Amino acid sequence: MNTSTKIFIPRDTASISMGGDEVASKIEEIAQKEKKEVTIIRNGSWGMSWLEPLIEIEIEGHRVAYGPISETDVIDLFEADFLNGGSHPLKLGNTNDIAYLKNQQRWTFRRCGLINPVSIEDYIQNRGFSGLEIALQKGSSHVIKELEKSGLRGRGGAGFPTAIKWQTVTNAEGDQKYIACNADEGDSGTFSDRILMESDPLALIEGMTIAGLTVGANKGYIYLRSEYPIAHEILASAIKTAREHNWLGKDIQASGFDFEIDIHIGGGSYVCGEETAMLESLEGKAGMIRFKPPLPALEGLFGKPTVVNNVVTLASVPDIIDQGGSAYSAYGVNRSKGTLAFQLSGNVKQGGLVEIAFGITLRDLIEKWGGGTASGKPVYAVQVGGPLGAYFPDSLLDTPLDYEAFAAKDGMVGHGGVVVFDDTADMAIQARFAMEFCSIESCGKCTPCRIGSIRGVEVIDRIINNEHREKNMDLLSDLCETMIDGSLCAMGGMTPFPVKSALQYFPEDFKPENK
Amino acid sequence: MIHKYHDKIALDIIHQVGAKPEMLVQILRAFVVKFSYISESAIRLIAKELNLSRAEIHGTVSFYHDFRTTKAGETVIKICQAEACQAMGSRQLTAHAEKVLDVKLHGTSENNAYSLEPIYCLGNCACSPAVMIGEKVYGKVDTKKFNQIVGFKE
Ligand SMILES: Cc1cc2nc3c(=O)[nH]c(=O)nc-3n(C[C@H](O)[C@H](O)[C@H](O)COP(=O)(O)O)c2cc1C
Ligand code: SF4
Ligand code: FES
Repeated sequence: MNTSTKIFIPRDTASISMGGDEVASKIEEIAQKEKKEVTIIRNGSWGMSWLEPLIEIEIEGHRVAYGPISETDVIDLFEADFLNGGSHPLKLGNTNDIAYLKNQQRWTFRRCGLINPVSIEDYIQNRGFSGLEIALQKGSSHVIKELEKSGLRGRGGAGFPTAIKWQTVTNAEGDQKYIACNADEGDSGTFSDRILMESDPLALIEGMTIAGLTVGANKGYIYLRSEYPIAHEILASAIKTAREHNWLGKDIQASGFDFEIDIHIGGGSYVCGEETAMLESLEGKAGMIRFKPPLPALEGLFGKPTVVNNVVTLASVPDIIDQGGSAYSAYGVNRSKGTLAFQLSGNVKQGGLVEIAFGITLRDLIEKWGGGTASGKPVYAVQVGGPLGAYFPDSLLDTPLDYEAFAAKDGMVGHGGVVVFDDTADMAIQARFAMEFCSIESCGKCTPCRIGSIRGVEVIDRIINNEHREKNMDLLSDLCETMIDGSLCAMGGMTPFPVKSALQYFPEDFKPENK
Repeated sequence: MIHKYHDKIALDIIHQVGAKPEMLVQILRAFVVKFSYISESAIRLIAKELNLSRAEIHGTVSFYHDFRTTKAGETVIKICQAEACQAMGSRQLTAHAEKVLDVKLHGTSENNAYSLEPIYCLGNCACSPAVMIGEKVYGKVDTKKFNQIVGFKE
């Protein structure tokens, strides 16, 4: 037997942060010593972050998984003959059969983990570019019709219908239009954009190209946060490969359509994820929020009509065009159609990415996928939707993950981040942090946000120190209302939500006897 | 590798990235990667090349957290201070780091060996707490793993 065994080791931030590169070198080293022919493929991640580094061996067309593997396990694995699927305490069985993955409804993330992220061949073999081919044949109105049927809403947080946005830019007059992909992913507890860009970047490139074709733009920008160096590397090489194979650039696949993509890196600012601040930053300036109107769809980047969409929104489009909008809207509930890639993190046993139809309850997600808390203590509070999302207590965990159902409870599904806290968390401290974060990240344009958040920290400190308690509690409530009513954007306007929820559901944490 | 600031290297960077006002954020980023910070000479040069006022450049520099104006320590350690990491003990980890490195958050140690910085989410939330050193991210960093990655011997 002289054939080489294929070993997959993700080139994903989570995997690498847990020693994935060292595991890869160790495997190479021992294989060489033992004269075993192996081919290491740096695939993307399946999103089962708690099992990273999760390595797979291809055996007779199946992929057998082992994880989490550390450098020191590698010798053991060789002894257990893992190259032939030998048994080992860290053997997980066939990747496809792992319940965490098997029970998901993968759509946007269906290629993540499966393929080499920068291989055009892998991508095309798995129906890559079929959406774009249809779009090239059938044109703009077909794309918008399918998007409308799909019910796709923006995955960046605000949930605005994508079809309407694209239609607006299509109708807008302009000698030049742009596609601006929001890859700032600033929300704490979120990493779906990162996994998509690291594991299937060509899906984003295809989505952006379809957007360009649809609205009549030939230039796209990806605004990528500086905290994602690995995503940057992988995206850049995917763009290069796409160009070399004429899936980007001039006269794409002899269609007559030109499209180019540039990557811009952010400067470590949360508020630059807000679309108008992002556009300012793309223009080279400080990320000050712009007044709306005008909408970016009409006057966006350099004053030109611009589609601003999140990474996951754009990467969901190719399959919607390929499979048809109704195939997508068959998933989900009410006005929340399709799937969302939820991200489980914080104090949870099995953190990772779970793409599933809207409608599942928060409790199911945390229990069935998360496996409860990492510490084994009771779940105390759950923050959904990033730093501007409310903290939910146990009594709200049966809320279905649905944009409107969450809004009805003053919560936010947002970008799908789910951060779990056990009962050692102090919600007065978390409320204080919400205000502090706002004071750090405020763009400074309006007073309620800029000054209010600083006051908010002071007032919470006084409450914690039991100084004029009642008066300061009232002051905090008033401050929250002022910020909600008087802020230009959701930074100042929604910071009060985590604060108010902490006060409402965890009042005992604000009591002096508990300090 | 961090280089000492030099007008000639800086000029090359500006022209490589693109000497246009819309590239300012990208130029500043490239400067931080190369020199670790944005110096007054850097600002003067960028202003000249991009035909912007120094005040305009200052405004942009001060807006972004990444664009420091003082030299960083040889090793820059960023500890995530955001919620998922808080839920797994990043506050305690930060206190530990301040102690073993003898430097406060936002500070640089006296021998210029370390800068300790807060960062808000590295997208590694499912392996929290997360730490970034240079461009490398580490996950599930407890005090023991921290000591190991910064080479601190107990
Ligand atoms: C403070 C703030 C931060 C935001 N950060 C992000 C972000 O990191 N990524 C993102 O896609 N959208 C973010 N948004 C939402 C964007 O403003 C915008 O709605 C979105 O990019 C539109 O794309 P979508 O329709 O595909 O969601 C943020 C909004 C606010 C107010
Ligand atoms: S709410 Fe805050 S971030 Fe938003 S525009 Fe006002 S000051 Fe800027
Ligand atoms: S919250 Fe720390 S890495 Fe995301």
